[in-house]
Amino acid sequence: MISKDDVRYVAHLSRIHLQDQEVERLSKDLENILHYVEKLQKVDINNIKQTTHVLPLKNVFREDVVRTSLKQGEVKGLTQNWQSDSFKVPQVIE
Amino acid sequence: MTLNTLTAHELFDLIKAKQTNTKSIQAALLDQIQKTDHKVKAYVRVFENGETASAPETGIPIAIKDNICIKNTETTCASRILKGFKPPYDATVIKKLRNAGTSFIGHVNMDEFAFGSSTENSYYGPTRNPWNLDCVPGGSSGGSAAAVASHEAIWALGSDTGGSIRQPAAFCGVVGLKPTYGRVSRYGLIAFASSLDQIGPITKDVTDCALLLNIIAGHDEYDSTSAEMAVPDYTRALLKDVKNFKIGIPKEYFIEGLDPEIKSAITAAIENLKKQGATFKEMSLPHTEYAVATYYIVATAEASSNLARFDGVQYGLREQPFPARRTPLIDMYEETRDKGFGAEVKRRIMLGTYALSAGYYDAYYLRGQKVRTLIKNDFDKIFEECQAILTPTAPTTAFKIGEKSSDPLSMYLSDIYTISANLAGIPAISIPCGFAKNGLPIGLQIMTKPFDEETLLRIAYTYEQNTDWHKRKVSL
Amino acid sequence: MNDFETVIGLEVHLQLKTATKIFCGCANLFGQTPNSQTCPVCLGLPGTLPVLNRKVLLYALKVAMALNCQVNSFIKFDRKNYYYPDLPKGFQISQYDLPIAREGFVLVKGKEAVRKVGITRAHLEEDAGKLIHDPAANCSLVDYNRTGTPLIEIVSEPDMRGPQEAYDYLTALKLTLQYLDVSDCDMEKGSLRCDANVSIRPKGEIKFGTKVEIKNMNSFRAVKSALEFEESRQQKLLLAGNKIVQETQLWNEDKQATFSMRSKEEAHDYRYFPEPDLVPFVVDESFLKDVADTLPEAPLKKWERLVNDYGLSDYDAQIIISDKKLADFFEESSRLFIELPSTHQNSKSLPEDIDAREERFGVGKEKLNKETKKIANWIIGPLQQELNSRKVGVESVALKPKDFIILIGKVEDGTLNNLRGKEVLALMLDTNTGPEEIIAKKGLAQVSDTATLENIINDIIRENESTVTQIKQGKDSAIGFLVGQAMKKTQGKANPKLVGEMIKRRLLNV
Repeated sequence: MISKDDVRYVAHLSRIHLQDQEVERLSKDLENILHYVEKLQKVDINNIKQTTHVLPLKNVFREDVVRTSLKQGEVKGLTQNWQSDSFKVPQVIE
Repeated sequence: MTLNTLTAHELFDLIKAKQTNTKSIQAALLDQIQKTDHKVKAYVRVFENGETASAPETGIPIAIKDNICIKNTETTCASRILKGFKPPYDATVIKKLRNAGTSFIGHVNMDEFAFGSSTENSYYGPTRNPWNLDCVPGGSSGGSAAAVASHEAIWALGSDTGGSIRQPAAFCGVVGLKPTYGRVSRYGLIAFASSLDQIGPITKDVTDCALLLNIIAGHDEYDSTSAEMAVPDYTRALLKDVKNFKIGIPKEYFIEGLDPEIKSAITAAIENLKKQGATFKEMSLPHTEYAVATYYIVATAEASSNLARFDGVQYGLREQPFPARRTPLIDMYEETRDKGFGAEVKRRIMLGTYALSAGYYDAYYLRGQKVRTLIKNDFDKIFEECQAILTPTAPTTAFKIGEKSSDPLSMYLSDIYTISANLAGIPAISIPCGFAKNGLPIGLQIMTKPFDEETLLRIAYTYEQNTDWHKRKVSL
Repeated sequence: MNDFETVIGLEVHLQLKTATKIFCGCANLFGQTPNSQTCPVCLGLPGTLPVLNRKVLLYALKVAMALNCQVNSFIKFDRKNYYYPDLPKGFQISQYDLPIAREGFVLVKGKEAVRKVGITRAHLEEDAGKLIHDPAANCSLVDYNRTGTPLIEIVSEPDMRGPQEAYDYLTALKLTLQYLDVSDCDMEKGSLRCDANVSIRPKGEIKFGTKVEIKNMNSFRAVKSALEFEESRQQKLLLAGNKIVQETQLWNEDKQATFSMRSKEEAHDYRYFPEPDLVPFVVDESFLKDVADTLPEAPLKKWERLVNDYGLSDYDAQIIISDKKLADFFEESSRLFIELPSTHQNSKSLPEDIDAREERFGVGKEKLNKETKKIANWIIGPLQQELNSRKVGVESVALKPKDFIILIGKVEDGTLNNLRGKEVLALMLDTNTGPEEIIAKKGLAQVSDTATLENIINDIIRENESTVTQIKQGKDSAIGFLVGQAMKKTQGKANPKLVGEMIKRRLLNV
C-alpha cells in the first residue's frame, strides 16, 4: 500500500531527512498502521457531517485594542542565530 | 509521616492551622526527589528554588508536565528539538496557579510531544513505575503520575489527548482527570492535537482533584476554544451519594483482550457502587471498534501540522548536514527535524502528513472526522438515559519497559478505552480500584456528559470513600 | 500581433488597517524596528493560539459588499501548510473552501465604457514576515513584525483583455477600497500587493491558453509594463512555434522585463484542513444589514450623481471623486453656493430636491451647471494646489465649505481679482480665518472704483506712448501690457477686467 518512494515523498513533505534503514522501517510501520485504519472505510458515513469542533462555540472575538508586544530583546533571547535585528537563516534561494 | 506523603487538602489544613508552610513542603519534596528520583526518573528539571508564585505562597507546590510553558524556564516536551527553548510567557494555567499562590517544583517527564502511552519515548529516557521499577508508568503523562505516586510531588498537571492523563494514573494508582474539552485553557500547552488536547489534574485522591480543577478551570480570552461556562466549586461535588444514579456499562469495553483481573476489579467496583444506591445498565457504544483508527488519523494529522513549526529557525535545535544534500535551507529543516525528533514522533508526523496529503484527505482525515461524529453521537445517546458511563481505564496493568516499544500498533491499542472520551470531548476520570496479583495498580474510568465534572467527581468520591485503595502508599 | 487575445486575472492582497493584528493584540504598524512588534502568538511560539480581531471581520464584510459579492454567512478558517522562514507556524491561517465572499464584480470606467470585471472570491488570511536576502553573508534575515497583519485576498475573474484594462481595474478597485477606509491601499508601503495571471489565445478561441504567473510588481504602472512585456513574450513564443511553460515569472523593474523564477519545486501540496484553533463565525441577516448601511456611496455612483445632479463634466467629476473627502467637500460647497443669494451667507439646510430649489431661488439647470463649474474649478485648481504643496488632504485643513463659498463669491462679485483670491485662500489655510476677516485686515479688496482707475489709466497712457500707438494701430494684445502696468501701479489691487475695458473704451472707443 505504501511504497518506499511514497515514504520518501511524505518525508520530504514533512521536511524530515530519513536514513535508508529508517525508510525501510517506516514503510513497514506505516503499512501496518494504514492497514489497521482501513476498517474506517467500512463505516457508513452517508449524510454525516464532520466534527471539526467538538464544542458548539461560535463567534469568539477579541476587540481591536492594542496589547504590549514583546521587547526586541526578549525575541532575540530565543535564538543563537541573530543578525541586524533579525533571525538569521541559511540563504533562501528563490 | 513526612509532609510530602500527605494530600494537598491535608496540607492546606495544616497550613491554615499554621502547623506548616509552603517552604517546608517544598523542602520535603526536594528531599524525596533527591532520595528516590534517580530510580523513578519522574523529573526532567527540578526547580531548586521553587519557581515562584505571584501571590503570597500559601499554596501547595506542584509538578508540571514538560509540555506546559513556564515563563523563562526551559520547556522541551521531552524532545531534543526544543533543547534550550525558554518560552517568554506563562501558560494560562501557570498564571492561574501563580495567582493561587502555587509554586512549581519542576517539569516532569513525558513521551516526546505527548506521543505515547508509556513515557518510553522521552529524550531523557523512560520514567519508571514506582510500584515496579521494571514497568512503565504509562504515558504520555508518566512523569506526572509517577511523581505523585512516589510522593515526589503532592499533585501535578498532565495533559490528555487520547488518555495521557488517565492511563498513567491507572498504571500508577493515582487519580487523573481529563476535563471536558474547553473547560481548561490550552494556551501555553504545546499542542499535540488541537481538537483533542486538554490539561488536567493528576492527584493522590479525588478531593485534591476537585481542588486543582477549581484553580485551573475557566474561560480564557487567549483560547478561542475555551468555554465561557462558569466554573462551579467542584469541592461541593464531593458527596458520598450516588443514590439513583444510572450508570451505563458499554458492552464493547468488556471483550477479549481485557485482563481478567481487571475485569474482576471493575465488577467488584460495580457491586460496591450498587450497594451505594447506583443502578447499572448494559449499553452499547457501537462505534467503539473504530475509535483507535479514527484517533490515529485525526490526531496525527493535526499533530503533523502543529509540529511543523519545529524547524530550527527561531529557537531550539538547529542542525546543518555536511556534506550538503539539497539547498541550505531545506537541508537545515530536514537535518534539524531528523536529529531533533525521536522515532515515534517521526512516525506520527509521517502518518498525519500522509492522511492530509493530496488525494488522501477525503479517504483519511475527512472520513475520520465523520466517524468521529458517529462516536460522539453514541455517547450523546447514552447520556440521554444515564448520568455516567463506567469502564476499565486500560486493558492491562503496567507492562514492562521495552515490552511494547517495538510494535507501535499494539502500543496504540492500549489506549482503547480512553480515546473515545477525547474524540467526543467529554470529561473522564480514572481512579484506583484495586491491585493485580503482580502488585500493580488497576484503574477504573468514569465518563459523563460535557461540563458535568461534578457528577464525575461525585461518583468517584463516593467509590473512593468506600474503599482504601487511595491510602495505599508505595515504598521505594 | 493582433491575432491573439490576452487574458488577464489579478490577485490583490490588501492589508487591513485595523489597530491590531488579525489574531493577536500587537499594534498593526508599518516601518518599525525589526522584530519589535511581535508577541508569542504572531511569532508562532509553541503553545500559542489565535483569537480573531472582530474589526477584521467587519472590514472584510465591508469589502465583500463593496465588491458586490455574495457573502458567506458561515465563515471558517483553514490551515495552509508549507515551510518557509517567514511563516513561523509552518502553516498560514487562511480560508480555503468557504471564503468570506464569492461572485462579485467591480465597475471599471475605461476610456470608452463602463465594464464589469468579475470577482471570483475574497478571503481573509494572515500575512507572513519579511525575508531579506544577504548574499554577501550567505544568509537571509527574517523580520516577524509583519506576521499576523490582516490580509484580504481579492481574486478577479480572468476578465481583463489587456494591460490597460488591468491598470484600470486596479485603479477602480483601489478607489473603491479607499472609499471604505479599511486600508491605505499603498503599493509602496506594501499595503496593497498585486500578482497577475496572464495567458494568450488565438482570437475567437474559447479555451484558455497556458497561464503564467507574474510577481514582484511594485506599482500599477509596473503591473501594466509587466503585462505588456509578458504579452509580447508569449506572442513571440507562440509565433515561433514554441509552447508556453506554466511557471512563475518575476518582474524586474530595473531591466523592465520578466524572468523565470529558478525552477521552484513540485507544485505545493498545502494539505488544507479546517483550523481547529478557531471556531466558526456566523453572520446573521441583521448584522449584514447593519454593515451594508454603513457602506459609503460607491465611487462610480458618486461620479454619476455629480455629473447628473450637479452638472459636472465627466473629466471634472473624475478628478473630484478620486478623493472621497474632496468629493464630499465639493458637494457641501455646491449646496451652500447654490442656496446663497448674491451677498448673503448663512443658510439653513438646503432643500434636497433640486426642483424645490429651482422654485425657491429660480436656479435652473444651466445656471446650476455654471455655478458648480466655478466651484469645481476652484477645487481642482487653487485648492488642490494648496493641498499638494502642503502634502495633505482636504480633511486635514480647517477649511469650511461656507468660507470657501464666500471666497468664491468675493471673486465673482469683483471684490477680489483671481490672483488675490488665490492669495486669500492660502492665507485662510495658514491662519485658519475666514475670507472677510482677511480681506478687511489686509486691505486686499480689489480697486474697482472707476474714478481711481481713471487716474491710474491716465498715468499709464501718458507713460507708455509707444504701446498706446500700437494699440491704436490694432495690436489688441498690447492692451494686456497696459493692464499689467496698472496692476503694478496698484500693487495688484486693480480690477484687471475693468481696467482692460476702460483702456479699450479710451483708446478705441469701444
